[in-house]
Amino acid sequence: MVKLTKRIGALVLRLAAFGAALAALIVMVTSRERASFFAVSLEAKYTDMAAFKYFVIANAVVSVYSFLVLFLPKESLLWKFVVVLDLVMTMLLTSSLSAALAVAQVGKKGNANAGWLPICGQVPKFCDQVTGALIAGFVALVLYVLLLLYSLHSVVDPFLLQKS
Amino acid sequence: MAVSKLVLAATSTKSCKVLLGLRVLAFSATLSAAIVMGLNKETKTFVVGNVGNTPVKATFTAKFQHTPAFVFFVVANAMVSFHNMLMIAVHLFGVKMEFTSFRLLSVAILDMLNVTLISAAANAAAFISEVGKNGNKHARWDKICDRFATYCDHGAGALIAAFAGVVLMLTISAISISRLAHPNKCSSSTAATPSVVP
Repeated sequence: MVKLTKRIGALVLRLAAFGAALAALIVMVTSRERASFFAVSLEAKYTDMAAFKYFVIANAVVSVYSFLVLFLPKESLLWKFVVVLDLVMTMLLTSSLSAALAVAQVGKKGNANAGWLPICGQVPKFCDQVTGALIAGFVALVLYVLLLLYSLHSVVDPFLLQKS
Repeated sequence: MAVSKLVLAATSTKSCKVLLGLRVLAFSATLSAAIVMGLNKETKTFVVGNVGNTPVKATFTAKFQHTPAFVFFVVANAMVSFHNMLMIAVHLFGVKMEFTSFRLLSVAILDMLNVTLISAAANAAAFISEVGKNGNKHARWDKICDRFATYCDHGAGALIAAFAGVVLMLTISAISISRLAHPNKCSSSTAATPSVVP
């Protein structure tokens, strides 16, 4: 009974992580704004920054992986691989979120020493959508850390909390 | 299966030496990345204009503290190298300590956390350096590497060391997780017997 609730809990966690990664992906891809000033029109898209492209790709990979693991049968031998792959996906999520945050922070505050002006004043809606995507990515990361701990527990199950 | 062979390899004492060697390498890589980026500073004088016939000079400094991503890079690399130093100390001097499953579990979890930390730091610094090297036409951000070449070179060296640390930490974490499944004490006095793979 306890095992069944644990398994259902893990499934719910993975479904939520899949949803969060998918949401981050979709919100970042649909962020686009056109602004014009002084007869110059500029369009801000997610493809302008390499870090945002990496964020989209990483979240796409994580979404596809989560979707596939949702259908993994309980007695499969592949659960040992799931531990390592969960670690790799968590690494992907942290690195993409951290890179996108670093670039978005420069876009919002600028970098006075390098002469880089902030762009959020000109394209506020783009900035808001990017912020939303980053928050969804952070939620996906937290869920994945919990999932990683659960996969570790399910592989080395009888060994925890024992004194050898 | 390849997984069970890896698990068997993790239980012999030879793999204990491999783990120790990998930890020493990771410690040196992350420490050198933190030090090189922490001492990264370049001051240059430029001619910004002309007043009549005399050129007007201004001095500009490029420091790692100007960019929050680099500050995070230095702090994270210092933390990961400290973690590796602690693990090396436990490995070498922890033979008298109680060998429980809690110890192995905490080592595995700490290794996993540090893998994610160092990968986040290395990636953030890498993407910021890419903007600094190539500029960004859409946001109208000029590149700075043509003016501060030494600063960029030192930063690139620190980044390479950090990415080497990422790969090493990932391997160390995989070995620590496999040691959880088949616990074996890494002491030089007793010869370890590999346990049977279920």
